[in-house]
Amino acid sequence: MTRAAPVTWPRRLLAGIGDSDDLYGGHLETWGPLPAASALPPAAVIDAVEKSGLLGRGGAGFPAGRKMRTVAAAANRRPVVVANGAEGEPASGKDVLLLSRAPHLVLDGVQLAARAVGADEAHVAVHRGSPAAGVVRAALVRRGSSDAVPVQLHEVPSRYVASEETALVHYLNGGEARPTFSPPRPFEQGVGRRPTLVNNVETLAHVAAIARHGDEWFREVGDRDEPGTLLVSISADGLARRVAEVPTGTTIGAVADRARVARDSAGAVLVGGYFGSWLPAAYAWQLPLTHRAMRSAGAALGAGVVAVLPASSCGIAETARVMAYLAAHNAGQCGPCLNGLPAIATALSRLASGGWDERWWPALERWLAVVPGRGACRHPDGAVRFASTALSVFAEDVARHRSGRPCAAAAGPAWLPTPRPAEGWR
Amino acid sequence: MTLRIRVNPVACEAHGLCAEVLPEWIELDEWGYPILDGEELPSQLVAHARRAAKACPTLAIVLGGE
Repeated sequence: MTRAAPVTWPRRLLAGIGDSDDLYGGHLETWGPLPAASALPPAAVIDAVEKSGLLGRGGAGFPAGRKMRTVAAAANRRPVVVANGAEGEPASGKDVLLLSRAPHLVLDGVQLAARAVGADEAHVAVHRGSPAAGVVRAALVRRGSSDAVPVQLHEVPSRYVASEETALVHYLNGGEARPTFSPPRPFEQGVGRRPTLVNNVETLAHVAAIARHGDEWFREVGDRDEPGTLLVSISADGLARRVAEVPTGTTIGAVADRARVARDSAGAVLVGGYFGSWLPAAYAWQLPLTHRAMRSAGAALGAGVVAVLPASSCGIAETARVMAYLAAHNAGQCGPCLNGLPAIATALSRLASGGWDERWWPALERWLAVVPGRGACRHPDGAVRFASTALSVFAEDVARHRSGRPCAAAAGPAWLPTPRPAEGWR
Repeated sequence: MTLRIRVNPVACEAHGLCAEVLPEWIELDEWGYPILDGEELPSQLVAHARRAAKACPTLAIVLGGE
């Protein structure tokens, strides 16, 4: 099969990165100075972001302009802005890349968001020990007093759920980086009990770009209803995780082709990360990267993770390991999650590599049905979606494993990364 | 009059009293944590729900939206 040569994809957020060791100088050269409040007052920032159609890039895909407007309208107390760069997804690398290579674009976005909602303080959160931490700290020093709103950097424990927005807010309030029962949601009552705008760092970088070039420019690229570009983290056999900036609506196949992933060697594709979905490769290739398309495929775009599983790997073994990881990373707070995820992980592990008993099957099906929707956060929901899609996409393998004939690859090396959780929650 | 019923899963410690007081709406999973039959409680169960909320030692039953 011949394929058309890839079209040129515009680099926006990643424009100019790597051109210079002077991150601030390079940023100014590419983007120019932050538009002054006199030229771009708060209402104009919100209007531009709203008209741009920008959707949040942290995973949920909520309209960024509407979120800003809601926080700005909270008349009771002065709002706070939180930039979320604590990238919990092991298969995602886009936030750390953006913060490491274009910190000033994100920090411009933080200033613009603070201006839009009337915040007088802002926070940037990254994982403790993240390579982004030092870069952001240096970038804040470099900007110095040119920033209208003071920004504080925080290093949160390196755990999957620590970047969930209520967990982040709880941590910034002096508590543990564990999700809290809501409402109130952070936009109502967050840091210091003040209305809090929590945005993913990529979302904020897009805000900074829109402030320079306008909402029409933003919509020139990408899907009509979910416009702009999107940072995608793609990994495949022989391809260490790579971040690509692609127009929204680009098909997964086109992203794979651009990364020179051999389609024929793929078994399945994991989209959306560890809260995401397995899809049969042939089906995944033609799916466009939009929230809408992913939803109608029963999947989720999440934070733009595309992991192409080699056909030679065992999808059940990979899923079992990731479920064990998600079980280990639960916050230890909500009964259904803290009991259910280890139970599901154990069942999958036995299914993957021996010790399977058919009596486990109805139990596994029951757990997958009763665990979602019963936690303070979406951790159990995401984990169960991931496991459930594995059972349907790898159905033939599941049948073989159940009859005592597991894949030869089941005992092979792990492919998806499953880092150990940090100690503690502070 | 309808009532919204939720469980605060962080507070819940699987005492299971809610399922005893309100078995029409709440069953327990195999670990003893409540499974609700939905958030919108029919009016004839409202009085029972209030008793269930009161019975919970950790006050994990959240009623609202009256």
